[in-house]
Amino acid sequence: MRERLRCCEPGPRLPPCLPVFLSSGAERRGTPEAQCFSALSPRSSGSLGSLTVLRRGGKVLSRTVSWSTDHSNLSAWLLLWRRKSPTDLSGRPVRGCGLDEPGKMIHSLFLINCSGDIFLEKHWKSVVSQSVCDYFFEAQEKAVDVENVPPVISTPHHYLISIYRDKLFFVSVIQTEVPPLFVIEFLHRVADTFQDYFGECSEAAIKDNVVIVYELLEEMLDNGFPLATESNILKELIKPPTILRSVVNSITGSSNVGDTLPTGQLSNIPWRRAGVKYTNNEAYFDVVEEIDAIIDKSGSTVFAEIQGVIDACIKLSGMPDLSLSFMNPRLLDDVSFHPCIRFKRWESERVLSFIPPDGNFRLISYRVSSQNLVAIPVYVKHSISFKENSSCGRFDITIGPKQNMGKTIEGITVTVHMPKVVLNMNLTPTQGSYTFDPVTKVLTWDVGKITPQKLPSLKGLVNLQSGAPKPEENPSLNIQFKIQQLAISGLKVNRLDMYGEKYKPFKGVKYVTKAGKFQVRT
Amino acid sequence: MMLAIKEAASDMSPYVRKTAAHAIPKLYSLDSDQKDQLIEVIEKLLADKTTLVAGSVVMAFEEVCPERIDLIHKNYRKLCNLLIDVEEWGQVVIISMLTRYARTQFLSPTQNESLLEENPEKAFYGSEEDEAKGPGSEEATATALPARKPYVMDPDHRLLLRNTKPLLQSRSAAVVMAVAQLYFHLAPKAEVGVIAKALVRLLRSHSEVQYVVLQNVATMSIKRRGMFEPYLKSFYIRSTDPTQIKILKLEVLTNLANETNIPTVLREFQTYIRSMDKDFVAATIQAIGRCATNIGRVRDTCLNGLVQLLSNRDELVVAESVVVIKKLLQMQPAQHGEIIKHLAKLTDNIQVPMARASILWLIGEYCEHVPRIAPDVLRKMAKSFTAEEDIVKLQVINLAAKLYLTNSKQTKLLTQYVLSLAKYDQNYDIRDRARFTRQLIVPSEQGGALSRHAKKLFLAPKPAPVLESSFKDRDHFQLGSLSHLLNAKATGYQELPDWPEEAPDPSVRNVEVPEWTKCSNREKRKEKEKPFYSDSEGESGPTESADSDPGSESESDSKSSSESGSGESNSESDNEDQEDDEEKGRSSESEQSEEEGKKKMKKRKKVSEGQGEGTSSDEGSDSSSSSSESEMTSETEEEQVEPASWRKKTPPSSKSAPAAKEISLLDLEDFTPPSVQPVSPPMVVSTSLATDLEGLTLTDSSLVPSLLSPVLGVGRQELLHRVAGEGLAVDYTFSRQPFSGDPHMVSVHIHFSNSSDTPIKGLHVGTPKLPAGISIQEFPEIESLAPGESATAIMGINFCDSTQAANFQLCTQTRQFYVSIQPPVGELMAPVFMSENEFKKEQGKLTGMNEITEKLTLPDTCRSDHVVVQKVTATANLGRVPCGTSDEYRFAGRTLTSGSLVLLTLDAQPTGAAQLTVNSEKMVIGTMLVKDVVQALTQ
Repeated sequence: MRERLRCCEPGPRLPPCLPVFLSSGAERRGTPEAQCFSALSPRSSGSLGSLTVLRRGGKVLSRTVSWSTDHSNLSAWLLLWRRKSPTDLSGRPVRGCGLDEPGKMIHSLFLINCSGDIFLEKHWKSVVSQSVCDYFFEAQEKAVDVENVPPVISTPHHYLISIYRDKLFFVSVIQTEVPPLFVIEFLHRVADTFQDYFGECSEAAIKDNVVIVYELLEEMLDNGFPLATESNILKELIKPPTILRSVVNSITGSSNVGDTLPTGQLSNIPWRRAGVKYTNNEAYFDVVEEIDAIIDKSGSTVFAEIQGVIDACIKLSGMPDLSLSFMNPRLLDDVSFHPCIRFKRWESERVLSFIPPDGNFRLISYRVSSQNLVAIPVYVKHSISFKENSSCGRFDITIGPKQNMGKTIEGITVTVHMPKVVLNMNLTPTQGSYTFDPVTKVLTWDVGKITPQKLPSLKGLVNLQSGAPKPEENPSLNIQFKIQQLAISGLKVNRLDMYGEKYKPFKGVKYVTKAGKFQVRT
Repeated sequence: MMLAIKEAASDMSPYVRKTAAHAIPKLYSLDSDQKDQLIEVIEKLLADKTTLVAGSVVMAFEEVCPERIDLIHKNYRKLCNLLIDVEEWGQVVIISMLTRYARTQFLSPTQNESLLEENPEKAFYGSEEDEAKGPGSEEATATALPARKPYVMDPDHRLLLRNTKPLLQSRSAAVVMAVAQLYFHLAPKAEVGVIAKALVRLLRSHSEVQYVVLQNVATMSIKRRGMFEPYLKSFYIRSTDPTQIKILKLEVLTNLANETNIPTVLREFQTYIRSMDKDFVAATIQAIGRCATNIGRVRDTCLNGLVQLLSNRDELVVAESVVVIKKLLQMQPAQHGEIIKHLAKLTDNIQVPMARASILWLIGEYCEHVPRIAPDVLRKMAKSFTAEEDIVKLQVINLAAKLYLTNSKQTKLLTQYVLSLAKYDQNYDIRDRARFTRQLIVPSEQGGALSRHAKKLFLAPKPAPVLESSFKDRDHFQLGSLSHLLNAKATGYQELPDWPEEAPDPSVRNVEVPEWTKCSNREKRKEKEKPFYSDSEGESGPTESADSDPGSESESDSKSSSESGSGESNSESDNEDQEDDEEKGRSSESEQSEEEGKKKMKKRKKVSEGQGEGTSSDEGSDSSSSSSESEMTSETEEEQVEPASWRKKTPPSSKSAPAAKEISLLDLEDFTPPSVQPVSPPMVVSTSLATDLEGLTLTDSSLVPSLLSPVLGVGRQELLHRVAGEGLAVDYTFSRQPFSGDPHMVSVHIHFSNSSDTPIKGLHVGTPKLPAGISIQEFPEIESLAPGESATAIMGINFCDSTQAANFQLCTQTRQFYVSIQPPVGELMAPVFMSENEFKKEQGKLTGMNEITEKLTLPDTCRSDHVVVQKVTATANLGRVPCGTSDEYRFAGRTLTSGSLVLLTLDAQPTGAAQLTVNSEKMVIGTMLVKDVVQALTQ
């Protein structure tokens, strides 16, 4: 049976199954091309999986993995967990799925690309027909813009909660009351995990790694309730794909599913895996601050605040216990923490004390409130005007540095959403290059670095659709920039101490300031 | 199957137990007959003490038997305490379950504000002890009970609020939202505010998260507007936001608009109106309409603005404005004949049906204001009647009828024409309306009765519409729920129960005392251990905050090892055993610590000497005892780890303990980060210091010392030395009297004395050079000061609750002197008088970051009540709060400018050890005050 499956799917392999049974899939799905396989996944704690492969003309249309139900197997399964030797389970046929039992949390997940194809579906309880997505498409059509699709859609029997990430829609089907943020948060966690595993969260990446995707989904959600969502744990359970491993696996037929229970999950620090070993022990912290600002026409600041994050890349052996202190911790107005941080320590001493997860993670994110004055590092002079009764307008913007604290401002990009009536733009930049997309009406000007001697500017004419009334509003300018080696709020890391391990780690802190949602109204 | 779950539920590994918990809802969905047995398993698993299991079992509970609230009683406190360590998904489920639970078990905190009169501190610690110390402390709390004031809020209720608060800082939006809704539904009004900041933070997240959060914020902002007002600007709209987010933000902005902020809000709206996104513009216009109805002051401004919009090129914008104008005009029609005329002209151009209908209605309703135009409009409409939309046709009939009644001479024929057209309309509503109207207004032979009242019927004064938020009634759904988002009951939604009239018996939550083997003089020890062992339970209260000595680093280090250690042991031993073990461990710990304390003391001393200048002198002296204590802890912990016979397996992290100790000992000398020092005001107010320094360069050199040395007490301070002042000597004192002109000002008595031999003329204050916010009320000019004479003047300075110096010039006819007054922090406040209860209530609100604690040792000279009170009041202008216990001193005051409370508590032991706690919103003031008071008391 395994052989046959592999034949029809040359690329991805079937998830490692113990027994694989053929059930009368053709009858159930109503099409002769459909086949249903039921399988027991050794990883799915306590649940049994069934895999449905829908084929038409040799092409795999969809694969469905769903939880199916059988008393005896489930109980055996529970016992199996303790023995950790998946041997004596065989020959028990799996009862067909399709029970429509009420249950909480997440029922099914559909992945939809931007052209409206459902390219992956996963069911945790019973199979929900794809037609449920029609409601979603309807809403999508109504919304015109992808961003305007309401995240929660109510249908007669289900509720659809969706997120839009990296040009993909993650649509989950739920049946009963559940906090919507719970589902949204989970879906984002799924997308993050894909990103983490495959480097990108795109349709191509997911299709290339469909087996791992199903393994991950099965592991992340159990009976509709999130189970293991920490990246460190998942990576211990399911090894991320590498070229070498996939070659080895296809030769030996082994799987990329680990066969031991992750130790981290049992301990009080579920985010860290055990037995980490590095030859070079390093700990890097990136303090990244983004300035969110709205600047009005006259150049005065309507609203400004600083949003910062500290991203860490920790490659330390063993169980290091780190404590990071700041020169000026009271700057931080509102902080959210990775679960590893000891809250009490922060509250009493303003020191971040934690046993870090292994690898990359976001340690804290914080906000420096708008009460404090935020230094705005750039200013923009602009004059955009459209003439009444003529098909052209003038466009002139100049960018200059302001309060840059002696650092150069680099990576400046200006994006302008021009009004619909703009046909084309004829501009000359003194620096950098610009593009104008006549379809989306987006002007992008890549400026680069500012040299204070010669301020970059972009001037020229705007061609408007003739006959159309002149646009009433001047477009607002979205500005991106970057300042290296500076945290605009003035936050400074004081020191990093390590306890619990004997070696001397290599430590590094990097500061960057960027523009966040930085908008200049004109 | 059932057997397997049962067996797994009592497995040693928490992971297996967790899996068993996951299996329960599955089995239940397959076979609901087994419910009773499953509930038994759930009950058993609920008693589990590991964080791993907690989330899963509550999930199972919610799915199988959410109505069996009685199962929670015994586990309530445990769940509250475990909550912070449960994984995120579990936290969400537990919090929403506890919200429901609390709604059934506790009294409403909002029904009566006096409910707040309780002692949150004590109540909280008491209940925490129950949990943390296990069964033994039950008696301890019992003895404490009589001393406690009668409280109304259940301590368990408080426990829940306290333990969920840190979760507002979770990275998971779902957890933050869950806590926010818990606070919204359960917390007393005064405390709900804390969630605003966290919710505003979520607005930076993904747009889906924003969408959900904004929906909830919109609902909350209707009920509790004040909560989000400080964050008004965070809801400003960017042109790149998706439309649905824009509209929600608009909703929130409208809800938040009030008398004071309406100018800024309207200015913001002005920018939005020119947006390219027309749906959004329409929503903005409606928002303006709502602001105008809610805030009478700006109604005319809004109306004018909307009328200007009528000349907008975009038809949708015009139409929307017409609709809104109609609603606004209804409120005060008399004055707006002009606008109605203007609108009447628009009928030629506007095609949007709703707008046309609105104009027609307006003209009909107020036809007496526009007697000449109205018939003409009707004429035009009659001409185009057949081409109109239904809604417009209905209004044409209305208009015709009203005109017929007021001006039948001109419009009789027109009306009949319109009614005949309507009679043969395709739409039956219109036919119906036409028939009805005709009968009413056209007098016929029999039906005189109704037509006599026709005028009353048609031209009755109509109440103005109330423009309301669509989120008005949403709060009957539990916030954060799917039902709330959809504004409809979702399947499986459980109503949030109303508060009970009378609180159910709180004793059900008491955990029973299991058989205890080692209970020799436990209680005495408990008392001793309290201050720092409570911390090692992972529940360090705010009292620990001053424990920022170097040693505590290693303490918490070893704490983590002991925690993980107990976690391990727990997985291998039975629950009861585990408890036993923990207690055993603790007692052995303390025994050792007592013995070892003396031994270690010597070693410790060396270290603390080595610390030397790093720590400030007062801290060094009083921390040496406490830091040595915690150092001991880590030592004893570490020793206890190895020989502990009860531990079957050494936890993997136990090896970290010795290493930790080594490092911390070595690092002690350079481990004096600024955060450890009591306060470093220069760092906190660095900007203000910069301005200070600016002023300093201008000041006479003779003033520098007075600026730098901390000024204490109310004695005279020198402002200008007679040498520098060429014979004019100026001193100042803080009189502590309220300044008559402005209550925010500190009144300063200035004493001038002329020691020169010529009279000094025209003494006055010259152009002050003041940091932002500081203002001065000058004293009246002193005409002349004869030689040898002295004079006193009073001036007021608003220091803006900061210790920045007020720099100003003192001018005489011939010279100018740059002088500067820097207030000691204690002078920035005025005493308030409150009862002990009020004090405790306020103190309960000012915890966490607002609480600063310092330990100190009182010298022999100041142990008497009198001396302590005198010293404290000399340092700070605070009023004494009457206090029940003799060893506690309480003082209260308010800062002058912002009126924030400053609460000072001094808890003095007979031995001389004392703890000073200052609670104040103004953290800088709090920290400085602590420093000053400690200095005053220890010197």
